[in-house]
Amino acid sequence: MTIPRFGISQVKLLERLSNACSVSGDEGEVRKIILQELRPYKDDIRVDHLGNILAVRRGQEEGRLRVMLAAHMDEVGFMLVHQEDRDEGIFRFDIVGGVVASHLAGQPVWIGTEHIPGVIGAKPVHLTTGEEVKNPLSIDSLRIDVGPGNGNKVKVGDRATFATRFTRIGPSLRGKALDDRLGVAMLIELIKSAPPNIDLLAAFTVQEEVGLRGAKVAAYSLEPDLAIVLDCTIANDLPAWDNSENTRYNTHLDAGPAIYMADPGTISDPRLVRHFIDTAELAKIPYQVRQPGGGSTDASEIHKQRTGIPSISVSTPGRYLHTPVMIARFSDWKNTFSLVYTALARLTPQVLQPES
Amino acid sequence: MPELLQFLKELISTSGLSGYEDPVRRLIEEAWHPLVDEIGTSRVGSLHALKRGTGGEPRPSLLLAAHMDAIGLMVTGIDGEFLRITEIGGLDPRVLPGQIVTVHGREDLPGLIVQPPAHLLPPDNRNGPVQLNNLLVDTGLSAAEASRLVRPGDLISFAQPPFDLSGDVLVGHSLDNRASIACITQCLMELVGRPLYWDVWAVATTQEEETFAGAYTSAFQLRPTLAIAIDVTFATSPGSPGHKSYPMGKGPTLGWGPNIHSGVFRAVKELASRLEIPYAVEAMPRHSGTDAYALQVAAEGIPTMVVSVPLRYMHTPVEMISMKDILRAGRLLAEFAASLDEKFMSGLVWED
Repeated sequence: MTIPRFGISQVKLLERLSNACSVSGDEGEVRKIILQELRPYKDDIRVDHLGNILAVRRGQEEGRLRVMLAAHMDEVGFMLVHQEDRDEGIFRFDIVGGVVASHLAGQPVWIGTEHIPGVIGAKPVHLTTGEEVKNPLSIDSLRIDVGPGNGNKVKVGDRATFATRFTRIGPSLRGKALDDRLGVAMLIELIKSAPPNIDLLAAFTVQEEVGLRGAKVAAYSLEPDLAIVLDCTIANDLPAWDNSENTRYNTHLDAGPAIYMADPGTISDPRLVRHFIDTAELAKIPYQVRQPGGGSTDASEIHKQRTGIPSISVSTPGRYLHTPVMIARFSDWKNTFSLVYTALARLTPQVLQPES
Repeated sequence: MPELLQFLKELISTSGLSGYEDPVRRLIEEAWHPLVDEIGTSRVGSLHALKRGTGGEPRPSLLLAAHMDAIGLMVTGIDGEFLRITEIGGLDPRVLPGQIVTVHGREDLPGLIVQPPAHLLPPDNRNGPVQLNNLLVDTGLSAAEASRLVRPGDLISFAQPPFDLSGDVLVGHSLDNRASIACITQCLMELVGRPLYWDVWAVATTQEEETFAGAYTSAFQLRPTLAIAIDVTFATSPGSPGHKSYPMGKGPTLGWGPNIHSGVFRAVKELASRLEIPYAVEAMPRHSGTDAYALQVAAEGIPTMVVSVPLRYMHTPVEMISMKDILRAGRLLAEFAASLDEKFMSGLVWED
C-alpha cells in the first residue's frame, strides 16, 4: 500500500480554505472551493437541503463497507445585528459558535462574501481606569467599525470573521479556522485517492459549531456502516505558571493524530478505536489518545442516526481553537492523513464483528 | 496623497520601538532628505532636519516635533517554545490575546500572543482578563529553535499589516505617532519652493512613549524660538467618553492648557479659521501627553503648541485614522511656518 503524497499542494489548498469565510449557516465560500476541487467527481456529488456536500466514491472489491467520513466546513464568527451609526460605520454584532470573547478587542475582521474590512476596536488604555482593566470586555460593549462613509457597504445579517491570513512558520501552520479546514482539506484528498476496498461516503458538513446540525441529516442520507469524523482538537500543551506538570493538556502538538475515546457527546466505538491504534502501531505512525472529556464532534449526532452507526473521531491537534489565530504542526496533519488513509485501506467487515 | 498614504503604510510597517527607533528613522531620513537643507541625528537618536529661512541672523526658528517611537513588547524569558513578555509603552492587556507580532530575535520571527487556559495560570488570575505577565508569545518553532534565536531583552513589534477601509481611512498599529510623521512630511512638501523667513526644524523624536528623552534633548540642542508638538488624539469611537474625544475626518485639534502658550494657540487658531481648515479645540487641563510637555521646559523655556490628529482605538493594533485630517494638519503647519515673520515674536506677549 502506498500512502498518497501529502505536501506543498495540500498546504496551498489549506491556505485557500483557511482564508475563506464560512461562518456557520453561511458556508458558501468553502463549499465553492470544495466543489471546484472535486469537479472531476461531480457526477457523484450533491449539495443537500442544509448545504452539506455529500460525495460518494465507490470501491471495486466485493463485500466492501460503506464508510462515512465527515469534516465540517463552518467556522465560528459573528453576525452584524444592528446598525448603530451608519455615517460612522458602527455596527453591533453577536457571536456565532463558541468564539473566545477575550480575543475580540483589537482584531481586524472581514465582513460578508466580499470580505469588507473592519475592526473590533477598544477604548484607549489612556481613558480606561485600573478597575475597568480588571473586568473582561463584554461582547455587548464591543462594536464592529467599517469606518466613516462605509456603513452602506455592509448590512445587518452579514456574517463576519477574523481577518487572519494563513502562513507557514517553520514546522507550524498558522491561520484562522484550521478547525476544521484541516479536516476539510484531508477529506478532499481522501476522495481524490480513495482506497478501493470501501465505498467512501464523504460529508462536508454545515453548522457544526452551532449544534452539529449538518452531520445529523448527512448521516441519515448516506446511511453508512460506520463513520469517521475528521476534526481538529485543542492542544492545551502550554507551560503552567509555576512549572508544575500540565496534566490537563487534552492533546500535545508533535505527538501525532489524536484518537478519541470519549467526549461529552460520543463514546467512540471500541472496535474502531482498536482498528486505528493497531493501524498506527503496525504502520509506525505516531498517534496519541486524546484526553477524555472536552468538546464534542459531529460523531455525537452521527452515531445515533437511524439504527446506529459505529463512529470514531480522529483529529489533528491544534492550539487556540475559536480564536483569531490557530497554530498546528504540518507533521501532525500529515500523520493524521496517513493514519486515516491506512486505516481505511485496512478496513474489512471483520473489523465490525462483535468483540469475542 | 497616494504617495503620502503609501509612505505612511511603510512607516507603520517599519519597526522602531521606544529607544530602538533606528529602522524607522532611516526611512524618515530618506523621505525628508530631498525636502530640507540639512539633516542629522541627535545623541539620543532623534532626527533633526533643517529647512533654512531667509531672515537675518540670529534667525528665529520653529521646531515641529513628532515622535517616531512605537509601543510594543519585550521578551523577559523563554519557556520552551514560548516567550514571556513585558510592555514598552502603555498597553491594555485585554487587546493582546490573539495578536500577531514580530519578535526581533537573531532574525525577525513571526509570533502570536496567547493566553494559557485558566488551570495553567496563577490562582489569582484564573478569573477575568489575563495579566500581561501571564500572557505568552508562541513562536511556532521548536523549543530548541526558539532558545537559539531569542534572548531576554529582544523587542517585539505588532505585526498586523496596514489596510484601507476606503480611500481615506487607514487602519494599522503605530499610527500613533507615525501619522504625525506623515503630517510633518506633508508640511515639508507644501513648503517646497515657498519663501520662509524663519528656519523650520522638522524633528522626529525618540522615546515619547516612555521618557520623552527625544523631545527634551532636541529642544535643548536646537533651541527653537517656538515649538509645536504634533501627535494623535482620541477620536470619537465606541466606548470613548464623548467629552474627551473628537470626530475623525473633521480636522485636527488645537491643544489648550498649561503645556500650551496662549499666544501661539491664538495665532494658529486664527490662521486655521482664516484658511477655513476645520479644527476642534482640545482641552488639555494638565500634562498634554505629548512631546509639548518636554519641549516647553527646555533651557529657558519655549513657547509651545500642540496640534493633534484624531485617531480611533489608540494603543491597539487596529488604530484608525483619516488621511484628510493628516493633510489638513500638514497644510496648517506649512501655512503657519510660512506666516512667521520678523514681527511675530514681538507680538507674542502675555495679555494679563
